[in-house]
Amino acid sequence: MTGPVAASGNDARGGTEPGDRPLARTGLTGTQLASMLTDMIMIREIENEVERLYSRGLVRGSTHLCQGQEGVAVGACRALRAGDTMTCTYRGHGAVLALGAAPDKVLGEIIGKEMGLCRGLGGSMHLADVARGAMGAFAIVGAHLPIAAGLAWGHQLRGNAEVSLTFFGDGSTNIGGFHEAMNLASVWRLPVIFVCENNLYGEYTPMAVTTPVERLTERASAYRMPSVQVDGNDVRAVYDTCADAVDRARQGGGPTFIEALTYRQRGHSRTDPAKYRPAEEVERWLARDPIDLFGAALVAEQAVLPEWPASERQRVASLVRQMSEEVVAAPEAATVPAPFEGILA
Amino acid sequence: MTTAQRSWTYRDAIRSALADELRADPTVLLLGEDVAAAGGVFKVTNGLLDEFGPVRIRDTPISEQAIIGGAIGAAMLGWKPVAEIMFADFAAVAYDQITNQLAKHSFLTGMQVSTPVTVRLANGAGLGFAGQHSQAVENWFIGEPGLKICVPSFAADAYTLLRQAIQDPAPVLFFEHKSLYPRRDDEGVPTPAGPHGAAVVRAGGDITIVATQAALRSVLEARPELERLGVDAEIIDLRWLRPLDLDTVLKSVVKTSRLLCVQEGEAMGGWGEHVVAEVARSGFSHLDAPPTLLASPPVPLPYAGGLEKLWMPSPEKVVTAVQELVRW
Repeated sequence: MTGPVAASGNDARGGTEPGDRPLARTGLTGTQLASMLTDMIMIREIENEVERLYSRGLVRGSTHLCQGQEGVAVGACRALRAGDTMTCTYRGHGAVLALGAAPDKVLGEIIGKEMGLCRGLGGSMHLADVARGAMGAFAIVGAHLPIAAGLAWGHQLRGNAEVSLTFFGDGSTNIGGFHEAMNLASVWRLPVIFVCENNLYGEYTPMAVTTPVERLTERASAYRMPSVQVDGNDVRAVYDTCADAVDRARQGGGPTFIEALTYRQRGHSRTDPAKYRPAEEVERWLARDPIDLFGAALVAEQAVLPEWPASERQRVASLVRQMSEEVVAAPEAATVPAPFEGILA
Repeated sequence: MTTAQRSWTYRDAIRSALADELRADPTVLLLGEDVAAAGGVFKVTNGLLDEFGPVRIRDTPISEQAIIGGAIGAAMLGWKPVAEIMFADFAAVAYDQITNQLAKHSFLTGMQVSTPVTVRLANGAGLGFAGQHSQAVENWFIGEPGLKICVPSFAADAYTLLRQAIQDPAPVLFFEHKSLYPRRDDEGVPTPAGPHGAAVVRAGGDITIVATQAALRSVLEARPELERLGVDAEIIDLRWLRPLDLDTVLKSVVKTSRLLCVQEGEAMGGWGEHVVAEVARSGFSHLDAPPTLLASPPVPLPYAGGLEKLWMPSPEKVVTAVQELVRW
């Protein structure tokens, strides 16, 4: 297999010539950048596999896929380190994978296996990998935002060394919990990074019908919170923006609101064909696929070999297919534990 | 019980439990509306800010979702937050946080985390606060696996139970009946059947009366009249609604053959109906009279003094209900 990093080697890129080095701002090495692309591809392939498993009747209820939004998950999670915490929504497969959760355990949870991340108790909408800082995926819109503020409070009580980062959709900015969390985070100066994935639709309804502001960053100004709008399909821009916000939080500078503009390539859930979206809009966003964009950029910058993005995609796709068959064959979750079983003294 | 404890009010006992937990365990935190500088609207947390400082005793915005969600988040990182809901009625604002998040998050993660949050709620009627500041709302939560529900009736018991609740790795809703804050334990406190058990407050042989908090006080007030009428009532304080100690109730019913539950709040969907149903099912052959619930009428709590009194399960109503049951 071809290694990801181009023979010319850009590993040392770190800001010696910031003017003409696109990688300088991030301080990320070529190896790191390549592994970010791998993570994005893994999320894409897992989501594609979940779609296939759903079609086979193996995914119960519904499932909310994030194809097209991989740049936000990977860019933001790369700005975190061990000890930081992350919370996300029911469209959270990507975020949990981006934080390092084992892909087979993610698939296992989504199809209700004992070996799943949450022992088959949570399913597609509730992926968590607490040891890696993925503290939960929450299925009530906006409900996790006060909890993300609470995690940040817990970090603050230990001196702000760690931070809380939380993902949510544009639709969440219209629910009460969002405003209570933003207000508390600001007035308590909590180390929390609010990452709003603005994919233009709250479930089936376009934002203009539900939301009186075009730039969601305006929401933050009401709470005197620093805010940034970023191209969510540019993983490095997301990383840069989040890294800045994380730094500020670690220094006691409090919360940041980040609006990452992105697009859901599929419908809201597996029962939604998303016919309400103009074809031209879909085409425009598909042309800005974050994986294609990032792969092409890395090739253009000679950070990776020209053939590597395509070969990596094939490698990961085949890995996921094989992994999926093993997970499908694994034992079903078969016991219902009591709440707090194993935790209670 | 020490002399100091005997002179405690219910309010003093709760404050002492908080202070002792804050002293003993540096991970214990308090948060809520007006709990710090103002010492709480019922003065339960008075003085705690001075001793423990603004980092651990924290005033919040009027944001019940943020109070409960904030407590959940901190709890997941190993802190033991005690969140105050100023009037228990306001728990409705945070109903999602309490039922969908606090009760279920640990389970949904496959028990990867715990959420050791204690929620203190000033509960119940009798003080003229009308229909949105007087409800006994424990029955809003009794059908939620994942929550423990504590309903202390006596000062000394409130002290013990609150310390127990704070150290419990599972979340506990700790209901403090507002009308009990100034009350003292004049006649001593019964011994419960274990840490989550009910307690037989007065032993008797003719009828089992099960109650909690202010309703339990009504039952105790009715007891002299019952004695005068020749009825020897066994009175049980449930102390917890989740877990619910049915064994103590059933043992008593085996002895007395009669059951009266006395509940503040309407009958439908409450613990009283559940206890009646369980006793009917598991104690059927021992019963000489239909197991019965005395509850409040199915109307919102009225404001005017006379109307609120009519709404409450009063000692007079307890006497009437008991008389009907012993006639069987």
